[in-house]
Amino acid sequence: MAAVATCGSGAGSTGSAVATASKSNVTSFQRRGPRASGTNDSGPRLVSIAGTRPSVRNGQLLVSTGLPALDQLLGGGLAIGTVLLIEEDKYNIYSPLLFKCFLAEGIVSGHTLLVASAKEDPANILQELPAPLLDDNSKKEFDEDVYNHKTPESNIKMKIAWRYQLLPKMEQIGPVSSRFGHYYDASKRIPQELIEASNWHGFFLPEKISSTLKVEPCSLTPGYIKLLQFIQNIIYEEGFDGSNPQKKQRNVLRIGIQNLGSPLWGDDICCAENGSNSHSLTKFLYVLRGLLRTSLSACIITMPTHLIQNKAIIARVTNLSDIVIGLESFIGSERETNPLYKDYHGLIHIRQIPRLNNLICDESDVKDLAFKLKRKLFTIEWVQDNYLRQERNIYPPGFSYLLKQKDSAWGEGSLQHSTFLMSFLAKATAFASRLVRHSEPLKQTGSGRIHQAAGPRLWHDGRRQEAPGLLGIPL
Amino acid sequence: MFVELNNLLNTTPDRAEQGKLTLLCDAKTDGSFLVHHFLSFYLKANCKVCFVALFQSFSHYNIVGQKLGVNLTVARERGQLVFLEGLKSAVDVFFQTQEEPHPLQFLREANAGNLKPLFEFVREALKPVDGGEARWTYPVLLVDDLSVLLSLGVGAVAVLDFIHYCRATVCWELKGNMVILVHDSGDVEDEENNILLNGVSHQSHLILRAEGLATGFCRDVHGQLRILWRRPSQPTAQRDQSLTYQYKIQDKSVSFFAKGMSPAVL
Repeated sequence: MAAVATCGSGAGSTGSAVATASKSNVTSFQRRGPRASGTNDSGPRLVSIAGTRPSVRNGQLLVSTGLPALDQLLGGGLAIGTVLLIEEDKYNIYSPLLFKCFLAEGIVSGHTLLVASAKEDPANILQELPAPLLDDNSKKEFDEDVYNHKTPESNIKMKIAWRYQLLPKMEQIGPVSSRFGHYYDASKRIPQELIEASNWHGFFLPEKISSTLKVEPCSLTPGYIKLLQFIQNIIYEEGFDGSNPQKKQRNVLRIGIQNLGSPLWGDDICCAENGSNSHSLTKFLYVLRGLLRTSLSACIITMPTHLIQNKAIIARVTNLSDIVIGLESFIGSERETNPLYKDYHGLIHIRQIPRLNNLICDESDVKDLAFKLKRKLFTIEWVQDNYLRQERNIYPPGFSYLLKQKDSAWGEGSLQHSTFLMSFLAKATAFASRLVRHSEPLKQTGSGRIHQAAGPRLWHDGRRQEAPGLLGIPL
Repeated sequence: MFVELNNLLNTTPDRAEQGKLTLLCDAKTDGSFLVHHFLSFYLKANCKVCFVALFQSFSHYNIVGQKLGVNLTVARERGQLVFLEGLKSAVDVFFQTQEEPHPLQFLREANAGNLKPLFEFVREALKPVDGGEARWTYPVLLVDDLSVLLSLGVGAVAVLDFIHYCRATVCWELKGNMVILVHDSGDVEDEENNILLNGVSHQSHLILRAEGLATGFCRDVHGQLRILWRRPSQPTAQRDQSLTYQYKIQDKSVSFFAKGMSPAVL
C-alpha cells in the first residue's frame, strides 16, 4: 500500500497518519451526543458506526473524505452534519476524482449514499468509482466481520470476568472494512459486488424534473426544490434524523452533489452577473445545511466557482459552507512550466475550516499544498519554497540587516513575518542576525546587486566599517 | 465572557451601559468569538436575551457557552434566553406549511419579503412581563448574523428597516441593548452587504471589528481587533475614540495584546 510522501517537516506527520488511521472502531467509545439526534437521545449510546471516529479536539463524529491526506489537513476528517464544498478546477478534471473517492469511501464503510447530478446518471457515476486498495489484513477483517455477523449472540456466562457481562453488547454494522480512511486506485473500477451490496439513492435531474409535483412558488429554481425535497424524504424515510419512530437508523448518509450551480441545474449565476435567481443557490445551501445539522449525514458538493460571474455570490457561498477547498490545476496556466511545480498537477487551497463547538479550529500551518495524480494515487504534498534556501547563502553572520519587505507587507502584523525570516537565518548561522525596528520603507539606494561578500578583513583594526551588501553604493 | 475584552471595553456585567447598539464586524477572519463573548456577558449580567442565531445550531453555542461559564439549556428553561435556531426553523418553514406566521416566513415567498414576522417574534420575546417582579435587568437582542439574511434573498433595505424597528423597540423603548454581527466582504464587491454594513455602523454606539492580519496567516496572532466608540446621536466635532489590539484565541479565552507585542515575538 503506497504511503503518502512527505516533504519537509512542515507537512506534519502524514506518515504517522497512515499508521494511526485507526485500525477499527470496535472500542467502547462513548459517542458524545452528536448534534444529530440531540433531543431524541436520552443517554450515550454505546454504538460505533463503522467508518466514523470522534474528533480528538471536540468530540465531533468524523467521517473520512476518501483521501487520508486530506483528512489529516482537515483535522481528522469531515464532521457529520457539515458541508464540504469543492471549488472545481478549470477543466473539471480533478474534482470528480475527489467526489468519487468520497462516495467510494461510503461504499467501503457501508454508509448509505445519495448521489445527485444534473449531468450524469448516478448509476454511471457509481460504476466509475475507484477501487479501494485493501491489503490482506483488512481482507481478513472482512471475513471475520462476516463471520461475526452470522454467529448468534452467545450467552455464555463469564466466570472470572463477570463484571464484563454487565456491559451492554457491542453492535457493529458489517461493512467491507472497518478502518477509517482508505486509499483508492484511480485506474481500476470498484468491484461490481460492492456496489450491489451497498444502499444508494440517485437523483438525476432530467428524470425528476419531468414529473409534475405541486411546488409552491419561492425563489429557488425548481431543480433545487426537487433536490431538497428528495434529500429530506430520504432522511425522513430512512430515519437518519431520528424522528421516524419506525426506523432506528445507525448509519451515516453520504450526500454527493455534482456541479451545483452550473446551468444544467437551471441556475443562471454562471451565465449572467445579476440574474433573476441570484439567491437561489445560497438559499439552497442554507436549507441543506439545516437538514444536515439535524441528521446523521455529511455532504460533498462540487461547484464550478470559476464560472460564477458575480464574485459576491462566491463569498456568500463560502460563508454558508463549512469546509471549502479550492483546486487549481496547472493545465494551461503559466505554472505548468515552472520548475518548482514540475512534479505536481495543481495546487490545493484550503480556504475555510469551520469552528464547530469550539472557539478555535484545526487550521494546519502548511498553506502551500500541491497535489499530483500519480499512476494510481492522488497525493497531497507541501511545496517547499526554494527562495528561503537561497537566502541563507547571501547573508553572512555577524552583521545587522535591515529587512525590507514588499511594500504591501509594511502593515501591522508584519513583525511576525520578519521575525520568522530572522529566526530562519539565525538557526542556520552561528551568530544571530539582530532584529531591527520597523521603519518606513527606504527607497532603494543601490542597484540591488551584491558587489562583494563580507569577509573577516573588515574588522582587522577594530574599527567598525560599513558592512557591504545590499545597501552598498556602487562606485 | 472574556475578562481581557471586558477590561479593554471598560465594562463589567454589573455596570454595562443600556440603550446601546454594538456592531460586530469581521473581515477575512471569523468574528464569532465576539458573539460568544457577548452572549455569555449578557447572560451573566442577568439580562433577558433574545438570540436570533441564523448561523449555527443551538448545541454549538451551548457547548462553547459552557466553556465560557454559561449554560444555555438552563437559561432557556428559566426563560432568560429566547433562542431562534435559524437552521432548524428554516427546515420547518421550507417543508411544511405553517398556520401562523413564522419568523422566517420570507423563505417561502417568491420575491424579497419583509422581516415583519421576525420583528414581531423579537418584540414578543423581549416585551416585559406584566404583573411580576422584574427578574431580569434589561432586554438584549443578539443577532448572528445579519449577512445570512442577505443570502436568503431579503433586500438590504428590508434588513435595515428591521434593524431600525428593533432599535426603536429594544434600545429606545425598553432601554435594552443590541448586538449585531455583520460580515464585511472586504475587497469583494458585495454592494448589498456594503449598504447594510454602512447603514448599521452609522447607527451603532460601539463597533468591534475583527480583521485578519494584512500579512496573512499567523499561528500566534489570529487577528486584529479594532474598537471604535461612537456617538451617533450627537453630531459633535469630537473625534471618536478608537483602539487597536491583536488577539490570539485559545481554547477557553482570548488574549489581547498591543500590536506587535505578541508573547511569541517578545
